[in-house]
Amino acid sequence: MSAPIDTAPYDGAPGDSGESRPLLQLRHLSTNIALRRGTVHALDDVNLEVRPGETLGIVGESGSGKTMTALSVMGLLPSGGSVVGGQILFEGRDLRSLPPDEVRRIRGVRMGMVFQDPLTSLNPTMRIGTQVAEPLRVHEGVGKAEARARAIEILRRVGMPRADKIVDDYPHQLSGGMRQRVVIAMALICSPRLLIADEPTTALDVTTQRQILELIDDLREEFGMAVILVTHDLGVIAGRADRVAVMYAGRVVETAPTARLFRAPRHRYTEALMESLPESVTGETGAGKRLYSIPGLPPDLSRPLNGCRFAPRCRFATPECRTTEVTLSTGEHRYACLHPVTATTTATAVRTVPAPPSTEAPEAATEAILSVRDLVKDYGATTGGLLRRASGQVSAVAGVSFEVHPGETFGLVGESGCGKSTVGRLVVGLEKPTAGQIVLDGTDIATLNRRERRRTHRQVQLMFQDSYAAMNPRMRVDAILAEPLEIQQVGDTSARRARITELLDQVGLSRRVLERYPHEFSGGQLQRLGLARALALQPRLIVGDEPVSALDVSIQAQVLNLMRDLQRELGLAYVFISHDLSVVDYMSDRIGVMYLGKLVEVGPAHDVVRAARHPYTQALIDAVPSVDPEPAAPRENITIRGELPSALNPPTGCRFRTRCPIAEQICETEPPLAGDRHQVACHFPLRPEPRTAGAPTGGIG
Amino acid sequence: MTTPAETTGMSEGTSPQPDETPVRGLWRQGVEVFCENRLALVGLAMFVLLAAACFLGPLFYQTDQVHTDLSAVHLPPGTDGHPLGTDGVGYDQLGRLMLGGQTSIIVGLAAGILATVVGTVWGAIAGFAGGWVDAAMMRLVDAMMSIPSLFLFMLLAAIVTPSVSMLILIIGAFAWLGPARLVRGEALSLRSREYIQAMRSMGGAGGRAVRRHIIPNAIGTVIVNATFQIADAILYVAYLSFLGLGVPPPAANWGGMLSDGLADTFSGHWWLLYPPGIAIILIVLAFNFIGDGLRDAFEVRLRRR
Repeated sequence: MSAPIDTAPYDGAPGDSGESRPLLQLRHLSTNIALRRGTVHALDDVNLEVRPGETLGIVGESGSGKTMTALSVMGLLPSGGSVVGGQILFEGRDLRSLPPDEVRRIRGVRMGMVFQDPLTSLNPTMRIGTQVAEPLRVHEGVGKAEARARAIEILRRVGMPRADKIVDDYPHQLSGGMRQRVVIAMALICSPRLLIADEPTTALDVTTQRQILELIDDLREEFGMAVILVTHDLGVIAGRADRVAVMYAGRVVETAPTARLFRAPRHRYTEALMESLPESVTGETGAGKRLYSIPGLPPDLSRPLNGCRFAPRCRFATPECRTTEVTLSTGEHRYACLHPVTATTTATAVRTVPAPPSTEAPEAATEAILSVRDLVKDYGATTGGLLRRASGQVSAVAGVSFEVHPGETFGLVGESGCGKSTVGRLVVGLEKPTAGQIVLDGTDIATLNRRERRRTHRQVQLMFQDSYAAMNPRMRVDAILAEPLEIQQVGDTSARRARITELLDQVGLSRRVLERYPHEFSGGQLQRLGLARALALQPRLIVGDEPVSALDVSIQAQVLNLMRDLQRELGLAYVFISHDLSVVDYMSDRIGVMYLGKLVEVGPAHDVVRAARHPYTQALIDAVPSVDPEPAAPRENITIRGELPSALNPPTGCRFRTRCPIAEQICETEPPLAGDRHQVACHFPLRPEPRTAGAPTGGIG
Repeated sequence: MTTPAETTGMSEGTSPQPDETPVRGLWRQGVEVFCENRLALVGLAMFVLLAAACFLGPLFYQTDQVHTDLSAVHLPPGTDGHPLGTDGVGYDQLGRLMLGGQTSIIVGLAAGILATVVGTVWGAIAGFAGGWVDAAMMRLVDAMMSIPSLFLFMLLAAIVTPSVSMLILIIGAFAWLGPARLVRGEALSLRSREYIQAMRSMGGAGGRAVRRHIIPNAIGTVIVNATFQIADAILYVAYLSFLGLGVPPPAANWGGMLSDGLADTFSGHWWLLYPPGIAIILIVLAFNFIGDGLRDAFEVRLRRR
């Protein structure tokens, strides 16, 4: 039974509905995936439409069915998957009832698809040009020479430098961003009416992400095509899409024009999702507020579900929600919710309840728990030949210095390849520095002998990005948690047992998990276990290497909250490494920005993010897509073009100068990291350091 | 310890999903998956039946497999007292099948296990040590692999007098190359896993890595491979015996019987040819089925995420 919801008047004028007939329309689309044990109902009654020339954003967490929607349209479902009901209307014709040959032509010529990982979506043994032109040769029977010419032309249009050279290259010769351009070129070569981009930028760095998203935007206008942008990142959607569809557990729960959705979401899930974003808290005055985190886990789609699928995790659910099938309302802003957000019942009141006391201000005089001085790490690069001659040095970390005080979070942010993870690995002792000091609690760990060094592992522990990979799949949770205690020979069996149960309490897991194996847990639970293991030896410092990057937004909020709670309770210090500026901003007291092995800026989190002094930091901040669809102030927009230089042969002087918009002659000499609290390594800092020494921004004085 | 964290757990309702399903050990799960695989069960049953027939059969069905009886040669099946007939020197064919099966199974199992153990140790050391140790050890393996094994078997078997233990050694001496390569590759990839790094970041050393992490994670591959090694070893015994290089009479094995039977192909003595041939096919199939089932059983926990 379906309950009608307040039907908003249909916004679109009746006249124009005929003119903008949808290009693609999904009606009651249902897709199943048959697995070994049972059938997963990946999509259940999905209704969507895309009009010509518009960008539709599909957003949702993993398992919400957003990718399955794209794959159903393209007919690329994984083995066992099949569309079992509904219609896929493309230009008014149902792809499900057309003959297969015709469908193949429509999908090949009129639609194009861009996948997440540009490395695996290109054939490593084929030249770029041949690959890009393949659809032409298949669908239009174009000759070799013409195919090549058109491949060069399309590569030029997606912004490839030296397109006539690159056609003869192989994929491995290109960087990630360039490969994604090739994939886009391949999707566009037949001039499709519809481009489906499935997480096109998730595998890329923010600055590259920005370039690719802008490219897709430009091409959409140029080709007059429609775009479906599938992503988990609300920020990406907010900046680029005309309309947004939010998916949850195989259903579309809300669709609306982008600005409207982000300003006033109606569905409780959309609302909760936005409140889980670190940005939602840090944007306001008080840093240190708790994030709202959606409790529980998404439902298991292989079981029959009743009622609103979000009801078990919803703050506003009533018994009615669990039993009534809710359908999308009609109109411009559609949502499937019995208790939608209205202007009066915004959830802000609810969120502020568990707000902790304001940020603890650590005494300025406390001695640093970790002090890193002029840390250098070079890796010898070898030629691939038989004799393995050393062909040079990869300079991964080049003279990094910073301090971390007890109870403080030091955020380390930068793009991939900037050396932030290497710093983390050096600090926990997984690698030995080439030069420089790592002073842990007053002792330089390089001077210690083997036994003493082994003991220093009690002081500092590492938390991994993928806790599943970091746990032996053959070990039960009790053995996993006991391992650090065994290695360090702490206590006897019963004492260890007691410590383990205490740890589980601390991270909020039930004791029953002890007899289970890692594969039985979800990502968030694994991250809790990873944290518990890191805490086992009662360290004073935890290095988190992208600890929440693999998690969905709502789960990420749970883990971030937990990390902050434990920090307050145990007086932990964190080195929080992430590529995600908003997460680092939320978590950290102070932030260090790394570029190509060097720290370019260090300062209080608030200042670094809101008053960046280094042009690279500013570029990084500008590149991060914001969920605010219309930024209040037009940004200065420092965009950096080009690619990260090779660490094998880094630029002399300021390493950023090759991409810096304001670089001058003097930048060939190395700028020192200068400043008092907000340090920057730049000859032309964007801003002077604020004079207000000792401002109560919650940093270290 | 009442902590904010504990209330976090409650308020955020982390109610771990695995709680809903009963706790089952990996061993139990593995056995279950193995049993789901019909062919694996069939293979197991085939092996048990064949082994029981060969080793327990002679207790109930006693025949003289030492003295020839030239008055009863080439008796067809169904002759009184000889359900499967007799061969060219008057041995009872059914009794001979049992006796030959004993040799084949013993040599197969022993040589397969020997090869697996030697190969695993060799490969694990090479893979975990890496560097020039790895290079030297694996070049030896490559060198030995480049020699045609059948040729070597023949050479060796011609030099030494074949006996059961000698056969085991000869086959084992060459069959370990496969598992060595396999385990070396496995160790090489396991060595760089994040859980080994996690262990190192806790202060653990190499010995612990091998004991607690590398071996338990490589054991699945090793055991699955062992079943195929056993099947191969049984075939090798058959090859050697077929070429006349097996255990000398009056001892018997299936390969040798096949070879003898082949001489009689055109005399119409089919009962000398088919039974040992079918027996070899059955036991090799049985081990291959078991191996497939074991592979599923060992992989399941990793796949069901």
